[in-house]
Amino acid sequence: MTKSCQFCTFLLHDLYLGVEVERVQEVLRYQAMTRVPTASSVVEGLINLRGQIVTAIDLRRRLGLPEREPGRQPMNVVVRTEDGIVSLLVDEIGDVLEVEAATFEDPPATLRGRARDLIRGVHKLERRLLLMLDVERTLAFDASGEAAVASGRG
Amino acid sequence: MEGMEDLVREFLVEAYEGLDQLDRDFVALEQDPGSKEVLGQIFRTVHTIKGASGFLSLHKLGAVAHVGENLLSLLRDGKQAVTAETTSALLAMADAIRDMLEHVEREQSEGDQDYSPLIAALTRLADDGPSPEPSAAVEEARGPATAAEAAAPAVAAVGAEGGRGSVAENSIRVDVNLLDTLMNLVGELVLARNQILQFTASQEDSGFLGTCQRLNLVTTELQEGVMKTRMQQIGSVWTKFPRVVRDLAIGCGKRVRIEMEGRHTELDKTIIESIKDPLLHAIRNAVDHGIETPAVRRERGKPEEGCISLRAFHEGGQVNIEIADDGGGIDPERVRTKALASGIVSSDRAARMSERELIGLVTMPGFSTAEKVTNVSGRGVGMDVVKTNIEKIGGTIDIHSVLGRGTTIRIKIPLTLAIIPALIVTSGGERFAIPQVNLLELVRLDGSQAQACIEHIHGVPVYRLRGNLLPLAYLDVELGHERRGGRPSDREANIVVLRAEDQQFGLVVESVLDTEEIVVKPLGKQLKGVPAFAGAAIMGDGRVALIIDVVGLAQTASLIAERRQAESGRQGGAPAAAGTRETLLLLAVGARTRVAVRLATVARLEEFPTSAIECTAGHEVVQYRGEIMPLVRLADVLSVPAASGEGSDEGLQVVVVRGSGGRSVGLVVDRILDIVEEDIEVTRHSVHPCIRGAATLQGRVTDLLDVDGILDRELAGFAGHLVPAAAGS
Repeated sequence: MTKSCQFCTFLLHDLYLGVEVERVQEVLRYQAMTRVPTASSVVEGLINLRGQIVTAIDLRRRLGLPEREPGRQPMNVVVRTEDGIVSLLVDEIGDVLEVEAATFEDPPATLRGRARDLIRGVHKLERRLLLMLDVERTLAFDASGEAAVASGRG
Repeated sequence: MEGMEDLVREFLVEAYEGLDQLDRDFVALEQDPGSKEVLGQIFRTVHTIKGASGFLSLHKLGAVAHVGENLLSLLRDGKQAVTAETTSALLAMADAIRDMLEHVEREQSEGDQDYSPLIAALTRLADDGPSPEPSAAVEEARGPATAAEAAAPAVAAVGAEGGRGSVAENSIRVDVNLLDTLMNLVGELVLARNQILQFTASQEDSGFLGTCQRLNLVTTELQEGVMKTRMQQIGSVWTKFPRVVRDLAIGCGKRVRIEMEGRHTELDKTIIESIKDPLLHAIRNAVDHGIETPAVRRERGKPEEGCISLRAFHEGGQVNIEIADDGGGIDPERVRTKALASGIVSSDRAARMSERELIGLVTMPGFSTAEKVTNVSGRGVGMDVVKTNIEKIGGTIDIHSVLGRGTTIRIKIPLTLAIIPALIVTSGGERFAIPQVNLLELVRLDGSQAQACIEHIHGVPVYRLRGNLLPLAYLDVELGHERRGGRPSDREANIVVLRAEDQQFGLVVESVLDTEEIVVKPLGKQLKGVPAFAGAAIMGDGRVALIIDVVGLAQTASLIAERRQAESGRQGGAPAAAGTRETLLLLAVGARTRVAVRLATVARLEEFPTSAIECTAGHEVVQYRGEIMPLVRLADVLSVPAASGEGSDEGLQVVVVRGSGGRSVGLVVDRILDIVEEDIEVTRHSVHPCIRGAATLQGRVTDLLDVDGILDRELAGFAGHLVPAAAGS
């Protein structure tokens, strides 16, 4: 593994999260969305991305965070996955950061809730902590929105 | 070296095509052993392979092809007759060639298999002619061949059509990926066209409008054209079947002929690919399980040679494929025993299942009625795989079987998966697309009608569609939308009548917008678990609309399962034993009497004006569906005092019931109350011939009518009276 890695960062509630930059296809402003009734509430809706239909995931709901304030429009972070592209809805987009492998640390054992499953680790930056989002796990949930991949919670 | 590889690849493509042609030709040859044309064709194909193999120094291949060619030239020139022995040897040669080609494709060598026995056999045949003993078999084989002679010109015509000469000049090979890309682009173009057409509504520039019109037409034609490039004749899949049937039949010691009809029926390439295996499987099943051995067939008075017929045709935007055999059929009792033995159904349920349901079990995973496992079938993976594969591409499968007469498998599949016509409806302010293949009709009821016509059975809404009860589901309820406008029956209702798995149901939607050609796009993995939707489409305004999966929706609304239960109750024909679960129609007769009839015997609910009642030989009758139907006033039969006249003035409430002999009678009742499904406990208190007992239903004592008893009693004189009258009219 290379010593440093580039991350596309974004803000979600009070979290500062990052996704490997190679995974991110593009970042879009809020798009008109078609809701999918009967689907998990984690699925915010479907967007038309130049003729391709992309599922938008509400990351706040996925992580069990409080709802976004009404009137505040989220941004789409379109990520590539093994099963095509998916859009993650986030509050605000940050910079693309280059982080050193040395600053990496496993998530603290006291981290609870859904975040425990979905956060792969922490990069200790100078002023704040950057949480690394596990994209595949984030997108693996069943109709009820519960994690499909069960994993031990400390 | 690189050039060499290209040459080999080209040779392989051509040789494979040649082999496919060979399989077809050999079967045609068996039908018409003397055909010079077919023999010539076979000779040319083998010759081409031999020539190219020499050039590419594939010596073993060359040697096999060479002896084959020798034999073929003798046959072609009429110096030797075609016998079953020569055909088998030549087929073995074709297989050997295929093996070697596969080796060449994989590891650039012919493999180290020893083909000398084959070469020796072919040489012997060419040198000595066929041994005298099998030549008797040739004469025998000629018998059916002459019978099939009428079909021979058709076979020859197919051969000529498939011939290389004419096709090569007018066609080119195109990579399927390129076609897929084109298809996607056309899909995009159709969307853009739809968007532009929406704009034109607000434009007045006639030049612009004219251009849009032209764009519209050209796009439609382009779409059709590109779709056509992806279309293949179903015959391209079928060509392998005669060979498969022949080999299998010989392996099982049976004689089977295959007939094909509609080989020119066209289907999208992707669909052709996905039906190939299911069809093959169904055919193998037919040969292995369906057709009996010649001895058994003779015993049963059937011709020794079994027949499998394949039929394909277009109907209602779908392709129908039928695979019929004239074999032994499926024995429902054996299915029942097997299903019980393998634990697919509980004994309780098995006892209640109808014949049709039992036959349907054949498509359950892990089911096989084969007595012994053969190398063909009987391993318990079979029809379920066929069913899943067909359903995966949006098709349906239906098995119909008559014991001793044969089995017919009917498969219905969509023409194409990419662009489909759909009805656009709304619910909760969002648009949804309903594929038109599922659509039967639209019914619109205004506010007051909706209130009057949508009835409720135990809270379940139903609508009487031409006398049949149509179960309803509300789209907004199924999708969990907040219902707007208060109670459902307070506003107008748009009922979309749909078909799901041979059941009809009505979907009440907020509004019906339009029909539109939509491009089907798959949903992401995160939405795979949502049964209500089959995919999504981009609409003219660029927004996404979800495509409703009618079968999935019907299942969520438990419309299909419910109907099934009703059906099993109907078929069960359970006697009035204690503790049986039955679906009953509750009726009111007179002021206080409640009676019930089994819903299974009820054909329709009708209302006749009093003026429609006529009289013949002292019986009250009505003209109903081109027949004269006797009416029976239940109040008279049961000697119940009539109700105090308020309901019966405007018309007669009539329940049309059908007895076991197919006879119909209209029961005149005062009111139709409800439909109940309950475990009933019948007390045989009554000696009245028309009542089979009483039970407590919904907390009230209810007489259970014996429909056959009523028919026997009331129609005893009537039927005899009616027959000559009907014949005279």
